[in-house]
Amino acid sequence: MNKPQSKSVLLEIRGLKIDGYSDETWVPIIKGVDLTLRRGEVLGLIGESGAGKSTIGAAAMGYARDGTRISEGSIEFDGMELTTATSAEKRALRGSRIAYVAQSAAASFNPAHKLIDQHTEAPLHYRIKKRMEAQEDAMELYERLRLPSPREIGFRYPHQVSGGQLQRAMTAMAMSCRPDLIIFDEPTTALDVTTQIEVLAAVRDIVDQFNTAAIYITHDLAVVAQMADAIKVLLKGEEVEHAPTEKMLDAPEEEYTKSLWAVRSFKRPQKSRPEDDSKPVISVQGVDAAYTGGAKVLDDVSFDIYPGMTVAVVGESGSGKSTAARVITGLLPPMKGEVLCRGAALPPRYQDRTREQLRQAQMIYQMADTALNPKSRISDIIGRPAQFYSGLKGPMLKQRVDELLDLIELDPANFYNRFPPELSGGQKQRIGIARALAAEPEFIICDEVTSALDQLVAEGILKLLDRLQRELGLAYMFITHDLATVRSIADEVVVMQNGRVVEQGAKEEMFTPPHHPYTDLLLSSVPEMDPNWLTTLLEERGVDNIGEAARV
Amino acid sequence: MRDILGLVAKRLGLGLVTLLVVSVLIFFAVELLPGDIAQAVLGQMATEETLARLREELGLGRPAIVRYFDWLAGAVTGDFGTSLIDGEPVTAKITDRFVSTLFLAAYAAVIAVPFAITLGIIVALLRNSIFDRVANVVTLTSISSPEFFLGYILILYLAVKWSMFPAIASISSGMTLLELLERTFLPALTLVLVVTAHMMRMTRAAIINLLASPYIEMARLKGAPPWKVIVKHALPNAWAPIINVVALNLAYLVTGVVLVEVVFVYPGIGQLLVDAVAKRDFPIVQACCLIFAATFILLNLAADVGAILTNPRLRHPK
Repeated sequence: MNKPQSKSVLLEIRGLKIDGYSDETWVPIIKGVDLTLRRGEVLGLIGESGAGKSTIGAAAMGYARDGTRISEGSIEFDGMELTTATSAEKRALRGSRIAYVAQSAAASFNPAHKLIDQHTEAPLHYRIKKRMEAQEDAMELYERLRLPSPREIGFRYPHQVSGGQLQRAMTAMAMSCRPDLIIFDEPTTALDVTTQIEVLAAVRDIVDQFNTAAIYITHDLAVVAQMADAIKVLLKGEEVEHAPTEKMLDAPEEEYTKSLWAVRSFKRPQKSRPEDDSKPVISVQGVDAAYTGGAKVLDDVSFDIYPGMTVAVVGESGSGKSTAARVITGLLPPMKGEVLCRGAALPPRYQDRTREQLRQAQMIYQMADTALNPKSRISDIIGRPAQFYSGLKGPMLKQRVDELLDLIELDPANFYNRFPPELSGGQKQRIGIARALAAEPEFIICDEVTSALDQLVAEGILKLLDRLQRELGLAYMFITHDLATVRSIADEVVVMQNGRVVEQGAKEEMFTPPHHPYTDLLLSSVPEMDPNWLTTLLEERGVDNIGEAARV
Repeated sequence: MRDILGLVAKRLGLGLVTLLVVSVLIFFAVELLPGDIAQAVLGQMATEETLARLREELGLGRPAIVRYFDWLAGAVTGDFGTSLIDGEPVTAKITDRFVSTLFLAAYAAVIAVPFAITLGIIVALLRNSIFDRVANVVTLTSISSPEFFLGYILILYLAVKWSMFPAIASISSGMTLLELLERTFLPALTLVLVVTAHMMRMTRAAIINLLASPYIEMARLKGAPPWKVIVKHALPNAWAPIINVVALNLAYLVTGVVLVEVVFVYPGIGQLLVDAVAKRDFPIVQACCLIFAATFILLNLAADVGAILTNPRLRHPK
């Protein structure tokens, strides 16, 4: 990984400033960033959303997204100044000498064309290869990236291929013209941990084998630690710190960088089930469920959630976590089995539940953006459930809303009359929490509540949830695929795979071997800060036994 | 493929049900028209005796529901009864006229559809340019002007002043295709002007709507030139809305051309319908309405199938 500094400079960015167009004026979003990348080197760009990582990544290709413009500075790629180059000159670089791998391969492959046709587009366009030759090369790359049936997979349409495979196919596509530089823009953020590994391994293979330089953009420190030779930390369009990976991990200098590292240290003590014979606040018993006309999504699922405890439900996408939540809330009546609340069966359909029963199961959603009505005032969003469940009116209702805003640490005077779009992501999520609290529930389902948030903001939400739990004695069902979050806040863990519960128990037991093989796979797939983690893991598992291949 | 056939069969079935409902509406709407049919046919001077005889002949004494099923049974076998005015079979009368209308519609469509879509692609490519604005203003002006007005303008310049094309689209069965095309050029051009704007603007909007998609950005970052981004990456995903608007306009070309036919004295089905309404020739009115309804239903079905065929998710299931 440590490459000599003598290699020639490939990309040199000096004093880069980029403006974004908002509210009818141009506002600076990148405020003077320098960057030097040598041939074969990998630079990690990290920062929160809005830090300008992707904007810099696009600028390295001389590309300004719609609504942005490069206002100052120079971008020199292999001796060519991109800020003054004509659009035809810049276009000639893209795809051939600089390639791009996007965050969501599912959205970035054109749904109307076969993978291999999209792969061969650039080499054919640049007349680097003939069609047959280019296809042959694509298949070779697919094989090298360990895609299943590499000779056929290219002839499928994007929707016929899984997310992790698409992301690898996109990496292969970026390689189609053997570029000097690849921009990886959060290539694994949308993937499950087990899938993430195979993409990480593929990216590293490619970079090593072809000595390609890369800019690796991510908000996940542990991921960038595996990939990059050097790391640059960005905050609000400005560089905070730049250092070689190992130095950055061992001895970060800036306060902000240290705070990023510290997020992973939040942990609260584990609680155990109450000693007395109190009944679980929610008990799911032998539930089977399916969506209309579909196959079974839940298969004999049972778990208990005791008062005041946090039960984390973990598993990959499609494992049935959210479906279990829908069964508990009565949105999806089960085919078999039942849901008990303090020992009494809840009617399967929410329409049949009493107000008192409905009050017991409140939800907080992943996307606060879409879960809050943008046209409702905060006071109405929180006030409606308070009115519905507690019958409060007039000054009493206002007082209750103020109380709730205080609880979620937002100043009532400041937020009472505002609308969701005026709020930041973290604030919106807090409003979502207040809405759930307005019903005065004993039990709240948190569906991936932190996964759309930046790490620092997410930590704030976790701390808030923890405080509320202590003060109000709430029980949480915490749906997540992020095992770091589980480590910090869960008391008990339920591991789900393909609609079944494969293992459950107290957190300490779950994180101590021996594990169920699937739990083991999930746990060992979570990237760690150690820069050698991926290498070690690949050696342990063997290269052909990662990701989907390792499924039990 | 089998799924698509199943879907077509299902939609055809639904279309038949719709047609049945429409037939009920048509028949009883005509029944509800004020006045007495016999009186209308024979005029004010008819004696009580002749009126009664005609009513007897037409079977008007029987309950409406019985006459409806009689009519429906005939219509299913292609027999729409006889004209009240001259006693000729309706089917024979309509067939020629309908073929003429279809010919004019096809003529206009063959010019308008490729023209509108190509223009739509070009304005999407040159969006917000002068060309885009001019194309929009011109097509919007043409769609906003009444078609008889457009027709007369074309006659004034292309026929009267410059004598390039005949002003009256009179056709007869002995003509060659070339002659037919020349005679009907002005009405066809009028129709092209009327339908182009809608299709062009939808093509433009459907394409521009997709330009913010990640896969379009990906295409740009692969170095694809702008025209390729639009034609190869955006257009294949934009077909569904475009096809729907095309179908809507094709239906208009068949069912909405009365004014153009009148202006150019073209013997189409629209004129026949208007004449029949004026003369209270109800069997013809009913037959024309039923044909129009069937046209609408069939074109919408074609649009749905077209939208499916251009969607790879539906064409290639997992």
